[in-house]
Amino acid sequence: MTTTEERPERSVPKPAFTDAEAGAKEFPDSGPSARHYNYFKPAKRKQTHYEDVTVEVQPDPRHYLTQGWIYGFADGSRGYPLTWTKLKAWGVDEPEPERGPGSGGKPVENWPAHGWHEFRDPNEEWELTMYRYNANVVRQINQNVENARNAKAFDQWSQNWVRFVERNVGAWMHIEHILGLYVFAANNRSGPTNMHNTAMAVNSEHKIRFAQDLALYNLTLTEEIEGFDGAAHLDAWNNDPAWQGARKVCEALPAIRDDWGESIFATNVVFEPLIGELFRSNLVMQVAARNGDYVTPTVVGAGEYDFDQRDLRWTVACFAPLTQDREFADHNKELMNGWLQHWVPQCLEAARTMQPLWSQADAKPPRFEDSLDKAKNRFAGILADLGLETPKELSQ
Amino acid sequence: MSRQSLAKAHQKIQELSWEPVYHEPYMKYGTDYTFRKAAKKDPLKQVLRSYFPMQEEKDNRVYGASDGAIRGNMFRQVQERWLEWQKLFLSIIPLPEISAARSMPMLFQAVPNPELHNGQAIQMIDEVRHSTIQQNLKRLYMNNYIDPAGFNNTLRNFHSDYCGTIGRQFAEGFITGDAITAASIYLTIVAETAFTNTLFVAMPAEAAANGDYLLPTVFHSVQSDESRHISNGYATLLMALSDEDNRQLLERDLRYAWWNNHRVVDAAIGTFIEYGTKDRRKDRESYAEMWRRWIYDDYYRSYLLPLEKYGLVIPHDLIEESWNQIWNKGYVHEVAQFFATGWLANYWRIDGMTDEDFEWFEYKYPGWYDKYGKWWENYNRLAKPNGHHPIVAEDVDYVYPHRCWTCMVPCLVREDMVVDQVDGQWRTYCHEACRWTDAEAFRPTYQGRETPNMGKLVGHREWETLYHGWNWADVVADMGFVRDDGKTMTAQPHLDLDPKKMWTLDHMRRMPHVASPNVILNEMSDSEREAFVEDYNKQGPAGRPAGIGGEALKS
Repeated sequence: MTTTEERPERSVPKPAFTDAEAGAKEFPDSGPSARHYNYFKPAKRKQTHYEDVTVEVQPDPRHYLTQGWIYGFADGSRGYPLTWTKLKAWGVDEPEPERGPGSGGKPVENWPAHGWHEFRDPNEEWELTMYRYNANVVRQINQNVENARNAKAFDQWSQNWVRFVERNVGAWMHIEHILGLYVFAANNRSGPTNMHNTAMAVNSEHKIRFAQDLALYNLTLTEEIEGFDGAAHLDAWNNDPAWQGARKVCEALPAIRDDWGESIFATNVVFEPLIGELFRSNLVMQVAARNGDYVTPTVVGAGEYDFDQRDLRWTVACFAPLTQDREFADHNKELMNGWLQHWVPQCLEAARTMQPLWSQADAKPPRFEDSLDKAKNRFAGILADLGLETPKELSQ
Repeated sequence: MSRQSLAKAHQKIQELSWEPVYHEPYMKYGTDYTFRKAAKKDPLKQVLRSYFPMQEEKDNRVYGASDGAIRGNMFRQVQERWLEWQKLFLSIIPLPEISAARSMPMLFQAVPNPELHNGQAIQMIDEVRHSTIQQNLKRLYMNNYIDPAGFNNTLRNFHSDYCGTIGRQFAEGFITGDAITAASIYLTIVAETAFTNTLFVAMPAEAAANGDYLLPTVFHSVQSDESRHISNGYATLLMALSDEDNRQLLERDLRYAWWNNHRVVDAAIGTFIEYGTKDRRKDRESYAEMWRRWIYDDYYRSYLLPLEKYGLVIPHDLIEESWNQIWNKGYVHEVAQFFATGWLANYWRIDGMTDEDFEWFEYKYPGWYDKYGKWWENYNRLAKPNGHHPIVAEDVDYVYPHRCWTCMVPCLVREDMVVDQVDGQWRTYCHEACRWTDAEAFRPTYQGRETPNMGKLVGHREWETLYHGWNWADVVADMGFVRDDGKTMTAQPHLDLDPKKMWTLDHMRRMPHVASPNVILNEMSDSEREAFVEDYNKQGPAGRPAGIGGEALKS
């Protein structure tokens, strides 16, 4: 016979019926019209989920920051100075509200106070979207590589193609890594609004992920292909003359002094089409299949999609309005044209130093000049989207 | 997940580390720390191939719980007393989170160890997650909780309000000034390693006890990322410790960061947990008990003390004093009382304390009733408009406090208040440690050493200054803390939503004008100021005027 032992009552919180759900009572602010964030104007008629979780999280003293920024750098700058780029959006030259004894809070009368706040990331990136997107990409890449491994797909590669992938596809990982960490992540402290800085952070994620995708693909190939040298990418990156031009201009991008606008513009508008897509789209993607490799294009293609469908989209949405700005269009166009004059020749010179890569595989890709022309045409198209003229330097 | 082991994968991605050859990266953010020795390994051992799917899975759980909460009518069981305080907390916290993301590139430049940059980049991504997931939680509350006022204008409120400004230290402090002081010591070593325990673990537990299981769902998910950030901070700290020249700066920054975190976090989270709950079981932990466990034992004794052998000078005195403030000097109770005194300057409703609450406080904090009970009875008496003013303008033996220039929490432990003339202005400080922070630590020289990268405390640090001489109705309207009928206030000193029981701008208009304590202080002669300090130090507890017997109640 068993006995049931009496246990003392456990101490747990007691649920209580409070009826604290929406609509339970009527009072000022109880209606549906009070149930939306009301401190900003949406870009379109209805505010989006992305706007709700992003807009105004980073304060602006021209909006509601009654007591102003409360920490300053040693040089006196504070918060997110609008002068951290030479680009200008309408309204930025208007003085900040002067607050002091008895001034009140001086909240913004017309939202937004300046044109920077009009920017919205067309990808509408926030945490939910960025994890879904990147998780899908890494899952797909893993599946592709795993399937190829099981199918012994790497056995079909010629020795020359193995050398090409271990050195050149491998070398590209360094560029993605540098741009991801030291351009995009580095500048996510500098933009004028939360929308700009979040877009830069998400762009950084794509780059860092793609760099790691390439590194781990390289590791798989080291394990799968006899004689695949997993360290050859370091030799190519450090010593191969064909890579030094791209490396030099890539390293120049994090060296841009104190201008997040130029950093992003030079990287996504100039470097990416003229060097990034030249190598990825117009070489690797064109030549791999001819050399019996159907796997590398799926890894590199993910990075291509990042840039083409997401990173370039936000970049155009960020910079194109500035060339049409109601107050500073001429200033911005002149500035961007100056950047083009500075960066286009460097990128073209670097592109030409990569020409030997076009003759390394057994099955040849399109001619280098044809690939470069394609990259230049693409670049000119991006400039047209931005409202900029094609610079004469492009014909060099 | 790939067949490759995580360790092998992590080792491989170290081949990405960049050593510049043609151009050195632009160093935008400076530090006075030096890192000449002892490179550390990346402690996170995290690669994005596994990170993204892991985070996606965590998201799925969070959003699944959110849907379940709505379908299960969670808001029929949520305590309004609790959720009202979330209007403050959730207005503040997305900015510190996104600021933490912004601070990571400051470390890329300041810490010359490419291997650590991988962990810092992942922290940056985590912090974007935290900020937007918290904005989203607040949006859900706004849509489903009975009273959306305060949630719906959340970020304007936060940017306008003095509580928001206090909270902003927990954001601007991460991204401004010396890169290591800000992004490493203040953010990761102290805020994340010590105080997220109370923020993201203790407080969500209290939320669950008040019928809200979404806050724990979101914040425990957030906290699972924090452990990675703690590792980042630890690796950087060990690197800093290996360079003898950094010891003096580490000692300075630990003192500042510890004290400021105590002043800010204990004020806010202590109030939420002690005064925002309806769970008055005698065996549930008080904030003081939680603090002793999470911060004193787990952080101070288990994390900080072992670092002494590496030469870290630990601010034992300030840690003991923080406990003294919480346990003996009633810091949390004084803050909650001040919040309630100034309810009309805020954007959430503050419930009064009941007999059941009194009993719990007396049990957990013996002597509480004699100090604070009478005032809370007055609070209840004056909660609904009935021909009187809000409590701040009634005679309830409460002297409106001066604000601390540094932490911006009022000087509530009256005997600790000090004044100093700094940058040509007389300033009040809640404690000598806050005076030291402003007058000595945040300066271009420290103990004779050049510290050219140290930040500055700037801005209009006393809120009342901005509204000096204003009518209260105009103050509230200017801040935008008014409901959609154009007159009923967002804030109320009770939870009754009957419009006839709610305060309006008309009630405010009858009140005396706002007066800035700091403006008045700076108008005093030297002798007047000395007399003021002497009197102030004799006040309390519970804000009592000097000379009415409060002395006997002080521990």
